[in-house]
Amino acid sequence: MYSSMSMCMNKTCNLEILGLCFTVSINMRCICPSVIFGEDVAFGGVFRCTVGLRDKYGKDRVFNTPLCEQGIVGFGIGAAVAGATAIAEIQFADYIYPAFDQIVNEAAKYRYRSGNLFDCGNLTIRAPWGCVGHGSLYHSQSPEAFFAHCPGIKVVIPRGPVQCKGLLLSCIADQNPCIFFEPKILYRAAVEQVPTEAYTIPLSQAEVIQEGSDVTLVAWGTQIHVLREVANMAQEKLGVSCELIDLQTILPWDTETVCKSVAKTGRLLISHEAPITGGFAAEISSTVQEECFLNLEAPIARVCGYDTPFPHIFEPFYIPDKWKCFEAVKKLISY
Amino acid sequence: ILWLGPDSNLFGFGIFGALRQQPFDSSEEKPQFPGASAEFIDHLEFIQPNVISGIPVYRVMDRAGKIINPSEDPQLSKEQVLNFYQKMTLLNTMDRILYESQRQGRISFYMTNYGEEGTHIGSAAALDPRDLVFGQYREAGVLMYRGFPLDLFMAQCYANVDDLGKGRQMPVHYGSKDLNFVTISSPLATQIPQAAGAAYAAKRENTNLAVICYFGEGAASEGDAHAGFNFSATLECPLIFFCRNNGYAISTPTNEQYRGDGIAARGPGYGMMSIRVDGNDVFAVYNATKEARRRAVAENQPFLIEAMTYRIGHHSTSDDSSAYRSVDEVNYWDKQDHPISRLRHYMTARSWWSEEDERSWRKQSRKMVMEAFEKAEKRHKPHPDLMFSDVYEEMTPNLVKQKEAMWRHVQQYKEHYPLDAYAK
Repeated sequence: MYSSMSMCMNKTCNLEILGLCFTVSINMRCICPSVIFGEDVAFGGVFRCTVGLRDKYGKDRVFNTPLCEQGIVGFGIGAAVAGATAIAEIQFADYIYPAFDQIVNEAAKYRYRSGNLFDCGNLTIRAPWGCVGHGSLYHSQSPEAFFAHCPGIKVVIPRGPVQCKGLLLSCIADQNPCIFFEPKILYRAAVEQVPTEAYTIPLSQAEVIQEGSDVTLVAWGTQIHVLREVANMAQEKLGVSCELIDLQTILPWDTETVCKSVAKTGRLLISHEAPITGGFAAEISSTVQEECFLNLEAPIARVCGYDTPFPHIFEPFYIPDKWKCFEAVKKLISY
Repeated sequence: ILWLGPDSNLFGFGIFGALRQQPFDSSEEKPQFPGASAEFIDHLEFIQPNVISGIPVYRVMDRAGKIINPSEDPQLSKEQVLNFYQKMTLLNTMDRILYESQRQGRISFYMTNYGEEGTHIGSAAALDPRDLVFGQYREAGVLMYRGFPLDLFMAQCYANVDDLGKGRQMPVHYGSKDLNFVTISSPLATQIPQAAGAAYAAKRENTNLAVICYFGEGAASEGDAHAGFNFSATLECPLIFFCRNNGYAISTPTNEQYRGDGIAARGPGYGMMSIRVDGNDVFAVYNATKEARRRAVAENQPFLIEAMTYRIGHHSTSDDSSAYRSVDEVNYWDKQDHPISRLRHYMTARSWWSEEDERSWRKQSRKMVMEAFEKAEKRHKPHPDLMFSDVYEEMTPNLVKQKEAMWRHVQQYKEHYPLDAYAK
């Protein structure tokens, strides 16, 4: 019988503790014992996600690896192929690229190319993701678009502690290799009441967080909180009713929920921190105009980062903040 | 066998072994750095990499198949040795026929194993059949030794309906779950860190099994190789790294691939037990692999075996190696230092194999291969629905839609699609 983690017994929990301790804990005691590894995982991790796990579960299950992302993911794939539930941590999503070959050419294609003889479905890769106020080029990136183009993996991004636990547990249980991006700004900022028992949130299902009739707003991760404010502003200042959707899973994504909403509202705004060109909003926009062309009252709006590397001192100007999104809603309404 | 451990003195001074954290004490004259435990030295001296007389090549037989040091003879039974020989020659026969079939346009691509049969059979024989094998693409003999039938080799090359891989990959990308041979993938060296992870998982499960990972000397230049070596040593994995150093990576000779003393010399740098063997000597390969396996499992540490050999064939059917090497060079290896003929000399010296046996086996093995070949040619290709499955464990909605769209299109334009060749 699973006994609750002492720090999260029916009280408020922030994303980092919730994000890891619970979910990994739950998996670690289940039939298929998990291993969690990566740089600095043993002492608790640079974001404290793995604090306490080594003492509780042992050094053979919670361990440091050498500083080598291609090794971390390659090792994780091999462990998963051999039957272990492998949770590989990449210290920042900005550093995932050395592992790109292992993720795209190996993990994603393992089952297909072997005719289902072999697979690495037991692999979950976790990485801190997104802007944090001062992260600059290499501690702020949102690389989901690179991986959205890769059939065979799943890409999942939670907006808060409750979703983090449910989605991460789903990823770990899912028999496909998953990449789980954790919005690092929310590690300390987001605090929520989280149920102590295990629960999963289904993958590839977008959530309509708030219903509305005039404009559909789509985002994921941190940007959901920005759009929530924008929805309030739109209601108060413009009398406009917004329907807010958290995509949650980037790949495979829930086209049905988004298209159903746009068929109703006729207006769509998609927002993400990642640069606009080739960003995931482009895929959503393209699919929606195919499926909902005659429903559209205005061109689909994308409010995203500029096509620059993520800057340091210019972050306040770079990010798709609520004013930019609010302005875009105004244009959608008045088209 | 002499293993080169990380503490050995080959380069004229001690190579540092595993670090031990000890309390810092500045009253001691020894260095206190956490990163290395060694003595101080007061004169400037660069370490000379020893390439001229590098790590020696372990062998059991001379080039004429005669045992050199009787205590190293594994003394395998006649039955085992005949099996080695027949597996090596069957592989050779299959290679000849399938290479030719590509030339005739029957299959799209092929890679032969000429000259490296000893590395496959010697190592495969030394393993437990449950040991997981991660290969690169030139290890078909390992699969053959384990009993993969000719029909399934052919099925994969023809991508027909019997292919375990469901027709999704180019020829020679074999895989077998039953025989514990992980499906081959084209990207080089990606299997190396994966093998470390699989070995770690095996260690945790207390299976007492090892993992073996094959790669060429070219793939050893990839970052993934460095990653795999380092991870396996630091995480104490029961793993054998088996490098086939066959002299060429397509057209690139070894002196353009590396400047150090081959791949074996890198092992001590990672804190890894290492050895170099004569890859054309099936007994040397067998002995080294057997001992490496025993110790890898008993001691939970990786072993690096560099098997020196020669790639007699072209890189693949897309290559013509006369563009970068001489026919004389190739002939030397084919005629004067070949794993198959060396073993045959060993067998004939013991009267275990006669001219008649050779003639009859050549005929029989060729017949076996031709039968499998002719059968495979006639089979249908897999059903095109299999293009869409196994991308994920489950079929996702977008793929259901795309599959339906494909069939609607193909129905409409069916005369332009080769439906007759495919299963209905």
